[in-house]
Amino acid sequence: MNALMPLIDSAKCQGCGLCVEICTCGVLTMVDGMVTARNGGKCGWCTMCELVCPTGAISCPFEIVIEDID
Amino acid sequence: MAIQTEFLRKLPYFSGLDSSAIEAVTKYVFEKKAERGERLALEEEPSHALYFVVSGVVKVFRTSADGREQILRLIRPGECFNEVPVFSGSGNLASAQAMSPVVLYGIRKKDLETIIQTYPQVAMNIIQVLSRRIQELVMLVEDFSFRHVSGRLAKILLKYVDHAVATGGMKLTQQEMASMAGTAREVVGRALKSLETEGAIRIERNRIVVTDRRKLEAIAGLY
Ligand code: SF4
Ligand code: SF4
Repeated sequence: MNALMPLIDSAKCQGCGLCVEICTCGVLTMVDGMVTARNGGKCGWCTMCELVCPTGAISCPFEIVIEDID
Repeated sequence: MAIQTEFLRKLPYFSGLDSSAIEAVTKYVFEKKAERGERLALEEEPSHALYFVVSGVVKVFRTSADGREQILRLIRPGECFNEVPVFSGSGNLASAQAMSPVVLYGIRKKDLETIIQTYPQVAMNIIQVLSRRIQELVMLVEDFSFRHVSGRLAKILLKYVDHAVATGGMKLTQQEMASMAGTAREVVGRALKSLETEGAIRIERNRIVVTDRRKLEAIAGLY
């Protein structure tokens, strides 16, 4: 759970690089015209990359849970 | 750097113009660069130029009375901002800020007027662009002003949390929530925050925790 990264759908990515430009945490990089999430980076799950992506190639899913009352 | 006519040609504003017209328009275009975080427009300030994003991303947002920021739109390359106040002569409807290093092409208000007078096709194009913006804004306003988005979102979360209990883990992106709730992705972030403020959920990085199920059910209109 430490290396939490957005999910990248390489089939949808056009390599426009907008997600890389917008990310302030330096998690995303372009490798061979394709966006890649760098391991060890600190993604703050701000979801801006998901918002900016024109093709829906990058996403930040939220787990939906009910509070444990114990 | 020289203004790229190729870029201008692809903009909806200048579609249908021949090469010599594009060349003529190019003379009125100036380039502006900004660093990440730089303010490009301030809400209510007068607006003197129309801007197209050439590279990078610009955030258009409003700040509420309690200081919270609501993103209205992210402007990507090929899109423009400031179009409404430039024509109406009123102040900026929203603020704009560079979210990455950006390059903009600007056209001053008076130059835009000259272009329109010389090339009436541009006026037709602008009417189309603005009509589309009005449609988008009306939808956004509807979703912002009525509580139905929070209600629909509450219903979706309840459905998924029940699934999660049954299947052990369900995940949803804000994009998916937006499609399910029939609203814009930008609205979902705000609706989630308002559910959190009301104490129905808690947002923990990549988890949405339902903290008060009954409250969420009430917001969903289930009883
Ligand atoms: S969620 Fe935010 S911090 Fe994480 S990769 Fe996307 S833009 Fe960067
Ligand atoms: S914004 Fe989307 S399409 Fe562009 S590089 Fe990132 S993931 Fe790929």
